[in-house]
Amino acid sequence: MDIFIAPLKFYSAVLLQNLVAELSKRFSSRIHVINIKMDIDDFFSVERGQYFSTQIIAEAMKLTDEFNGKIILLTDVDLFVPVLTFVFGEAQLNGKHSILSVCRLHEEFYSGISNENLLFERTIKEALHELGHCYGLRHCIDWDCVMHSSPGIEEVDIKGNSFCRKCISKIEGYKH
Amino acid sequence: MDQKEKILIVDDEKIVRESLYHWFEEEDYAVDTAEDGETALNKYEKEKYDLLLVDMKMPGMSGLDLLSKIKAIDKDALIILITAFASVPTAITALKNGAYDYVTKPVDPDELAHLVKKALEQRALKIENTQLKENIDEIIKPDNLIGDSFQMKKIYELVHTVARTDTTVMIRGESGTGKELVAKAIHINSSRKYFPIIPVNCGALAESLLESELFGHEKGAFTGAQFKRKGKFEMADRGTIFLDEIGSISLKMQIELLRVIETKQFNRVGGNELIKSDFRVIIATNEPLEELVKAGKFREDLYYRLNVFTIVIPPLRERRDDIPLLASFFINKFSTVMNKQVKSVSKEAMDFLVNYDWPGNVRELENAIERAMVVGKSNSILVDDLPFHVSMNNFELEGDEKSLSSMERKYILKILNENNWNISKSALILEIDRVTLYNKITKYGLRKAEY
Repeated sequence: MDIFIAPLKFYSAVLLQNLVAELSKRFSSRIHVINIKMDIDDFFSVERGQYFSTQIIAEAMKLTDEFNGKIILLTDVDLFVPVLTFVFGEAQLNGKHSILSVCRLHEEFYSGISNENLLFERTIKEALHELGHCYGLRHCIDWDCVMHSSPGIEEVDIKGNSFCRKCISKIEGYKH
Repeated sequence: MDQKEKILIVDDEKIVRESLYHWFEEEDYAVDTAEDGETALNKYEKEKYDLLLVDMKMPGMSGLDLLSKIKAIDKDALIILITAFASVPTAITALKNGAYDYVTKPVDPDELAHLVKKALEQRALKIENTQLKENIDEIIKPDNLIGDSFQMKKIYELVHTVARTDTTVMIRGESGTGKELVAKAIHINSSRKYFPIIPVNCGALAESLLESELFGHEKGAFTGAQFKRKGKFEMADRGTIFLDEIGSISLKMQIELLRVIETKQFNRVGGNELIKSDFRVIIATNEPLEELVKAGKFREDLYYRLNVFTIVIPPLRERRDDIPLLASFFINKFSTVMNKQVKSVSKEAMDFLVNYDWPGNVRELENAIERAMVVGKSNSILVDDLPFHVSMNNFELEGDEKSLSSMERKYILKILNENNWNISKSALILEIDRVTLYNKITKYGLRKAEY
């Protein structure tokens, strides 16, 4: 099953390229970058200054029938769901779509110092995490597993960057 | 044991119910929802829930009414109220009426996750089944802690002995011997295993960064700190903190460290709130701390506080019996990663591996196998595939300087000089980390002007 990455208001070509390269190394599935024609500003909340992730996924579902595989919507904008202050991403459990924001993965928001390597590492972890949900995985108790929950950036940094033995069995085409 | 904990979300707003439903579903809870107090009450009467998340303000039966009704059925029911900021005083009344806690909308995901986890753990403690307590007779090793030699067996015994206590452990050994793996083995065999082990490389961080790294900081604590960040000590709550290269921290940080280790309390940088954290300390060093104490570079009180139980990992050259096992492990590892069919090491290459002194220890062996597998063409690693052989061709060996360590010394010096002693760049070319390179520079007494 192929994996499709759809950038939406995502401006780092280098990060996208590196993400595709890394996912290609890790999956036997083919990785494609696709263009979905949708304006996510429709899902911007003026009150919160953030974008409503669930609604973005719902809209993307209407526009992506032709793609047979898992779809990651990739964005630079900050995401939220009601009740929570923010989310790094959201995924359909055992479904086709997920969304990932790299907004809060940037190190400069925490330490004031930019760190592109760390941003890449965090992006990979969260992309695998959201894909894991699409493959039916829930959060894992193993801290070395990328499916460990990460409600904050600290947990993103602590958890491992690959799937544990138990979780890996559910991921189609994952090599290592 | 694997039965999922059941959560009931009660909120009149569909969008809120759905958001929370999906969020908790991913967290691996069994989740149910109710759109009003009456439905929630009906559901609760039919089925037991481990936790209820109840919106304070709902049409019909309010969150507070629902709280009293459920408490009348089950006084131990665990209820967290969700409220808008404006109704905080009402929420405080709710706490007095038996709610476990309350959160204000929108909730920080981290806060919600910890609150729910803490609530459910406290409940579990109440109905604790002591049979669930671990009964480990054999040590569980991290996958890559390899060795069958008597020295490693001795280490496994020590890990086993100390794991189930909360004793501070000092791990000593040369660079590349696997100190972090031993720390991890201690952690995963302890009762803290469900919480993280947090590694901190004290040598890799500048003092100003180390403080924020260890203790965290508040939003706006310094220019650029747009979000608050928890420090390593806070993240290690109920887990283990692993302080690597402890000998490299400044005297000022040593005072801070001693205080935190003793009190288990600290402030985030730029914050007033006193943070408490229940962590276990494991430290590692390859420096002679005793000499640093004598030289006044390491505080004696901290040294005694840390030197409670010591595990010394022997260098690889003192446990050569483990080399074939390690080589085989790394071959398997890289075969999968590189998708190569390498199965073994030729006899000549193995003789070479077993007899080499491995100043960079297991890490160096791992690098050697990896490089051999990259350049090798057959399904067995040959002497020609080993990196030492390749680099040997580039050297003019003089007089008695034919040992591997003298060759390594020359090669490192060559790379350093070629790169104007830029440590990061040289380490990258040598495919070792900066710390290993520093250690080698010290070991061989290399100086810039020497070449």
